[in-house]
Formats: sequence, structure tokens, C-alpha cells
Amino acid sequence: MPRIAPSGPGSVPRWVLAIAIIGALFVVLPLVAMVVRVNWGEFIPLITSESSVDALLLSLRTSAAATALCIVFGVPMALVLARTSFPGQRIARSLVLLPLVLPPVVGGIALLYTFGRQGLLREPMNVLGIQIAFSTTAVILAQTFVALPFLVLSLEGALRTVGTRYEAVAATLGAGPTTVLRRITLPLVLPALVSGSVLSFARALGEFGATLTFAGSLQGVTRTLPLEIYLQRETDPDTAVALALVLVAVAVLVVGLAHQAGSRTRAGGGLL
Amino acid sequence: MSFSFSATVARRGFDVSFELAEGETLAVLGPNGSGKSTLLNLIAGLLTPDAGEAVLGGETLFRGRVFTPPHARGISLLAQEALLFPHLSVLNNVAFGPTSAGVKRADALRTARRWLAEVDASEFETRRPAQLSGGQTQRIAVARALAAEPRLLLLDEPMAALDVAVAPAIRRMLRRVLEKRTAIIVTHDVLDAFTLADRVIVIDRGHVVEDGPTRSVLEQPRDPFTAGIAGLNVLAGIRTAGGMRTAAGDELQLPGPADVTPGTACTAAIRPSGIRISGERPAGAANSLRRVVRDLEPRGDLVRLGSDDLAADVAPALVADLDVTPGSSVWFSFEPADATLYATAR
Repeated sequence: MPRIAPSGPGSVPRWVLAIAIIGALFVVLPLVAMVVRVNWGEFIPLITSESSVDALLLSLRTSAAATALCIVFGVPMALVLARTSFPGQRIARSLVLLPLVLPPVVGGIALLYTFGRQGLLREPMNVLGIQIAFSTTAVILAQTFVALPFLVLSLEGALRTVGTRYEAVAATLGAGPTTVLRRITLPLVLPALVSGSVLSFARALGEFGATLTFAGSLQGVTRTLPLEIYLQRETDPDTAVALALVLVAVAVLVVGLAHQAGSRTRAGGGLL
Repeated sequence: MSFSFSATVARRGFDVSFELAEGETLAVLGPNGSGKSTLLNLIAGLLTPDAGEAVLGGETLFRGRVFTPPHARGISLLAQEALLFPHLSVLNNVAFGPTSAGVKRADALRTARRWLAEVDASEFETRRPAQLSGGQTQRIAVARALAAEPRLLLLDEPMAALDVAVAPAIRRMLRRVLEKRTAIIVTHDVLDAFTLADRVIVIDRGHVVEDGPTRSVLEQPRDPFTAGIAGLNVLAGIRTAGGMRTAAGDELQLPGPADVTPGTACTAAIRPSGIRISGERPAGAANSLRRVVRDLEPRGDLVRLGSDDLAADVAPALVADLDVTPGSSVWFSFEPADATLYATAR
């Protein structure tokens, strides 16, 4: 471990260090407590049971789909927020970011009253013959709803930091708006797009409240890993702890991979 | 590609119009904040004017509701900073214009290589912009701007961010590529104007105060700002039989061209090195003016004494002998041979 210099540039007061260590312990200790509680002898059978595998695969599938939706809708939203000005823009930004501060269960209720059987969009959905609530689609919508602000927020910040100078140069070189977006803007903000997507994926993976409210808990259809963990906790704590560890491992793996991809794209002064 | 421009931007107090002939290079001079950047942004389409009209080679850039977006104008802008796209190689930077125009990739790369050779930067082809020096990136920015085959090239102080050591090479290169090209160059440097431009306009507070051939504007300036950047003193006045009477009422003895008849407005330009300083009124000097010294500024091995309207470059020893400090009153004298008199009307 590197020695921490008592003073000088780049160092912090000892008391700050002490508080920081307590804070770090507060984050790490619960994870350790969980790992200690794992029944390692039964670990593999516990996490390979049918319901566990169903929940894990469903979680990965729906989170990937939700992340894709976040990119499809979040990139244009971030561009509009960062690159245009219109009346009520501040209010629009606050509304877009609302799911960040909303309790997920409230988001689930809101989604139910929009896409549910008695919801706001019941007539057009009846005409088209679509049933969303309590389906896998509902899981994806709930995850997208809570994860979208993460992508919009990180991408909008990056767009503002990069500024419009490169885009202006590209335009004077004859590139139309779509070419500028594809060849200049998006490559320049790619690291933020990657990290924003990872945040969104992680948020989608951990989604619980909105999913339970809007999609229910049907094995293989809407019962994602967090829901399965919550259910098993009542009847079979060993399975719950084992699955929780799996969830932690998946999250760490995704963040690690994305971090590596991010640093690789930045190497050599380039982003592509 | 002839170009005519006229635009107003009310909130910036900007109201400028001028014309540019095909193949002509125009230098735009002016103090900071005079509206030079506004001018370039209006031409490039990065700013919308309140009113006016601009036509390039018969195509309208803006007039009333008509507004051609930047990418459809055929106007490249070369800024003070090279702004090479950091995520693209040097070659792909230069090929950006042609590929954006829909040129096939192989042809775009061939064009890019030709322009890189033209600016002596072929060896950097595969590098990333972050691996280059300031002079190198600016060369490549020039190649990139020209590879887009602009009908009009705009240069915004292209040498301002460069080391003095590399500026001359870039200036030579610009001189070569700007020949026969319709271009507008904004600059602070009178040398840029002399070496690169056929014509000069001077903008001050959003208005054109001088417009004419480079030599005529810079050697016979009418405007104090122009005189300052050309390194000259100017005195405005009325032509008299023996010389001129300045606005302040001083009588000067100066020969002038016959076509500047007595009673017409005229201007005299005097080199600061041609002015002598003395504590007492010098006997026998043709022209002597008493002035209060406002500031002293070292310039090489001389000191520049500035008054409200005249500046003189004198030896430091003389400044010490006369004990000149800001607020001192001294005589500024010059001979007719060190001054040029010309009509204020061009």
C-alpha cells in the first residue's frame, strides 16, 4: 500500500482520511457480511435451480433491451437538451430527470395508469390488441423508465463539455447535420455514451419497485433476479444470499468490462 | 467567385458591407471586439443577421427569409486554433470535406494526400492530432480547409496561436495557396495584410472605416487605428498653400501632390522614427508641435513616447537627458521629407 504523505500538495487532512475510511467501510462491510453468509457447499445447486436460472436470464435479457431503448431515446433527448434552446427547456429537463428522484414504486403505479388495462392508453392499445401490463414488455418498460435519466444526464453533460466548435468546423467543411452527428458529435462523446449506458444497464438490473408494481412476479416472465431474491428471502435465505452474490458479480463484471472498453477507446488520443 | 456582403446585427451594433472580386484576397483589420469575428460567423452561416444580403458566385447566402445553412455554402473557415478532429487520423481529417460531399472514399483519400503534400505535411498522414505540434496542426487545418474545395476561404487570425518561429513558414505556405483564391483573412498583423492580401478593410465598432488596396490603406492611413497597426502617426487637417492646418490648429509645412488642392481635407502620415524630441523649441525645424507625453514604452533599443496624437521613437539616453516622464511637455519636430501628405478622400 502506498504511504500517504502527511502534508504537501495532493494530500488531505488526516481527519478527512479517517471519515473517508469509515464511509468506505460502510459500503464494503455489508458486502463482506453477505459473502460470509453464503452457503458455499450448496452454492452451485442453489444458483442453478430452474427458478434461479430463469430469473437471471430474464434479468439479463430485459436489462439489455432496456439499455437499448435508453440509447435509442436517450441520445436524441440529450442532443435536444444540450444543442437546442426552446421555451420551457428547464422544465423539460427537470421532468426528464424526474424518475431519478421518484420512488420506483410510484413510477410503477404511473406506468400502470398509462399502459395498464384501465390506463390512459387503453383505447389505442385495445384497438391494436396489445397487452403490456404484467408481461415481459412491462418489465422492460419499467426498467427503461427508471434507467433513462442516467443516460440522458451523462450524455448531456458530455455534449456541453465538448461544445460546438468541432461541429461548426465540420459544417463549414460541407458536412450536413446528420453527417456531423455521425462522424463528429457521437464519436466525441462516445466515452460518456458508454458510461451512461453502463449506468443505465446497472440501474435496470437492480430495478425492483416499478417492476413489481407494473409487471408483477411471474416466474420466467416478469420475475427478475431482484424479485426472485426478495421472494426467496422469506422461504430460503440460502438461495437469496447466493443469488444476491450472483447479482453483485454480474454488476461488477459489466462495470469492469465497460470501464476497460472506455479506457481502450480513449487510448491514443482517439475515441473510435 | 465574386462575393458581395451587407449585413446588420443590431444587438452587436454591427453594420458592414463590402464586395470582393473573384480571386481576390481581402484582409480584415480592426481592434478587439470591433466585429471581425461576427463578420466571419455571418459569412460562414454560424450566425444569422437581422437584415442584409450576401451573394457568393450568384448564389444567395442570406436575404430576407432565405438562409443557406453552413454546410451548403461552400465556405471553409480556418480558425485561430486548428481544431483538428481529435478522433480522426490526419489523413481522415483532411479527407473529411471530400467524403462529406459524397466523394468516393478512394478519391477523397487521393485528394487528401495531394493537399497534405501541398502543405508539406505528408509524413504525418497516419498520426493523431494530439501527436502534432501547433505549426503542424495549423498546416493540416489549411490542407483540410482547402481539400473541401471552398468557393470562399475564411481565415480567422490563422497565425495568432503559433510560435513566432513557425509563423513565417506558415505565412509563406498561405501566400502560395491563397494566390488566385477568393479569401478573407482576419488579422492583427500588418505583415499578414501586406504579404497575403490584395485589399484591406478596417472595421471599428461594427463599421467599415477604411477600404482600399493594401498598400494604399496601410501606407496612407486615414483612421488612427489603421495608422497604429501600420506603425504610423496620422494628423488630419485642411490643405493650405504651404502644407496643412491640423484639426487642432497647428500649421504644418509639407509639400503634397498637386491634386490635393488648398481647402480640401487631407491627412499627413509621419513615421515615429522620423520625429525628434527636444525640451526647447528647435530653431530651424520645419514643423514643431508641443505635446504632453502620456506614456513611455520600450521598443527594442528605442523608447516610444506617446502623446494624444503623435508617437516618437527615441534613444533611451535622450529620454534620460530630458528627464521625460508621463505628464512632461516636450517638442515633437519633423522634416517634410519624413512625412507624406495625401487627400483624406480616397
